[in-house]
Amino acid sequence: MPDGGVPVLDVKDLKTVFLTRSGEVHAVNSVSFDLKPGELLGVVGESGSGKSVTMMSLIGLLPTPPAEIRGGSVVFEGEDLLKIGEDRLRKLRGSRIGFVFQDPMTSLNPVFTVGFQICEPLRKHMGLSKSEARTRAVELLELVGIPDARRRLRDYPHQFSGGMRQRVMIAIALACDPDVLIADEPTTALDVTIQAQILELMKELREKLGMAVIWITHDLGVIAGIADRVMVMYGGQVVEQAPVRELFANPQHPYTRALLQTVPSVSGERSEKLRVIEGQPPILVDAPSACPFRARCGHAFARCDRENPARVTVGPGHDAACFWNPATEGPRDAG
Amino acid sequence: MLDDTARRKLVEVKNLKMHFPIYSGVLRSRTGEVKAVDDISFDVFEGETLGLVGESGCGKSTCGRAVLRLYDITEGTVTIDGIEIGTMDQQTLRGYRPMMQMVFQDPQASLNPRMTVARIISEPLEEHTDLSDVDKLARVHELMDAVGLNRDFANRYPHEFSGGQRQRIGIARALALNPKFIVCDEPIAALDVSIQAQVVNLLEELQDKLGLTYLFISHDLSMVRHIADRVAVMYLGKVVELAPRDALYATPKHPYTEALLSAVPDPDPSVENRKERVILTGDVPSPSNPPQGCNFCTRCPKVMEICKTVDPTTVELAPGHFTACHLYTQTTTMTADNTVAQEAQKSDQQGE
Repeated sequence: MPDGGVPVLDVKDLKTVFLTRSGEVHAVNSVSFDLKPGELLGVVGESGSGKSVTMMSLIGLLPTPPAEIRGGSVVFEGEDLLKIGEDRLRKLRGSRIGFVFQDPMTSLNPVFTVGFQICEPLRKHMGLSKSEARTRAVELLELVGIPDARRRLRDYPHQFSGGMRQRVMIAIALACDPDVLIADEPTTALDVTIQAQILELMKELREKLGMAVIWITHDLGVIAGIADRVMVMYGGQVVEQAPVRELFANPQHPYTRALLQTVPSVSGERSEKLRVIEGQPPILVDAPSACPFRARCGHAFARCDRENPARVTVGPGHDAACFWNPATEGPRDAG
Repeated sequence: MLDDTARRKLVEVKNLKMHFPIYSGVLRSRTGEVKAVDDISFDVFEGETLGLVGESGCGKSTCGRAVLRLYDITEGTVTIDGIEIGTMDQQTLRGYRPMMQMVFQDPQASLNPRMTVARIISEPLEEHTDLSDVDKLARVHELMDAVGLNRDFANRYPHEFSGGQRQRIGIARALALNPKFIVCDEPIAALDVSIQAQVVNLLEELQDKLGLTYLFISHDLSMVRHIADRVAVMYLGKVVELAPRDALYATPKHPYTEALLSAVPDPDPSVENRKERVILTGDVPSPSNPPQGCNFCTRCPKVMEICKTVDPTTVELAPGHFTACHLYTQTTTMTADNTVAQEAQKSDQQGE
């Protein structure tokens, strides 16, 4: 696992709100994290936890309005992405920062051939000629394991299966050799055996190309197999962040602990009854003045209603945003 | 091992086939068929949960719907509670509908957005009973209590509920007529992990309380391991393996089951790093043009010559553990796996 070094991406205090008819929705609340070169950061959370919105905010993919980025900074190679303006951002997107979306059917354009869609970023960002771009496109399709690549350039997205389409998406994202790849639930729409193929491919590609990856998922199993470091999100906030082994072995936040217990596995102990997290995730209409998890938390006390806990360091590279200390089974003194 | 003979078979499916015709050309002539479910047989015992797993397109949902006769089946028999419904006409079948119900995958799509919760839940009561309005409302309230919905919300509309609550509405509707058998078609696939556990626990509680029998269709192998007593694995329209839960997860026999289980990521980094993964190459073939011989022969890591020509028959390797694979049917060519399997069979028989 790569350690230290200057982060390729440094996000501080990012705040995103959506303006809706029923008021402001605080989708992302003071989210801070960094991404080291060559590292794979897993982002886990349920739907509505703000994981996708955070990543879309970073690279200006949210429609404004209704979205509004209220503050914070996103430093990528010395530039603040929130300040550089749309033209410069467009240059970075697709060349320095690649993006893979969840659903490969809706994110590929059905009326253009796959070859055209891979060549587009190559010609736009790298200034390659038509024939150079085609040669590179064939290389890319071979890299992601699509057989008979040269012929398949002429095919349309619907002629590919789900797993193959996701490979095409990854090829497009990798086209310009990005420093950062953001993958938003890239295997959620796929079957398990196909998911296993894509995960294996991702491991190979990271070894070959050495880019840093942000992998968004709700599947703790996927995270356990692929991530170096994990960030857990809940209610638009980062509630815990730790190296992958540390997080699974020694979870500190009650939400992380509960989440790990609700997930059954195909091996290991089989429990008679599943542990549940009672209640529903919060609707983020109120400004965050209290802990977002307090209503579903088994350890909540008076302070959790009054204050929103800040992230405190609980171990090497490990922090959690909670007033409760699982080691002493009582309130945490610091902070 | 469960003692099969002592338990009553509530559902018996024999040689079920569900083929959908393909029409093409200017004359829309019949040019082929999609063999969504191709000759499968299984039983569901009273009070148990049979898990039906497989990847998308393997025919598991079609199988569930065909068992309830939501389709007119191509061939085979389906007996529920001693009544043969496979060939029954829909009008007669209507009288038997109350004993078999279904919970659908997408609670958004399976609840009418213009009906209140009370009307949704009481619709089966209107169709099949002569209850007065007062009795109907009492029954609706009783059902809402049973699935953990606040009865004050009876006059609300589906969009006012979250995904997990909507699934509870769907379950309440399925329970309205006191069914014996419920087909749950991916009931938790659309829900978040923390909500999935709530719905699964509810289904288990209801089963204990009401003695329900489930056919639980899912692609989530870890959740099926939790809820099912026995598990059937489908691939391309066929059941490739059927076994009691613990046997299936501990000692899968069919190469597809092995690959499927090894592909499921484990939520534990130390297990994940040690895991020997069987990565299948390629994609599932089209069910309109399945390969010759065994359906899995195009992707099987242990494929042999015979697999490409002869369709394997189903054999019982241990009591209640069935699989359809040439590794276990061939006695002339003794492969290593074969010997292991036979030894396992021997020890199982001795253990009885």
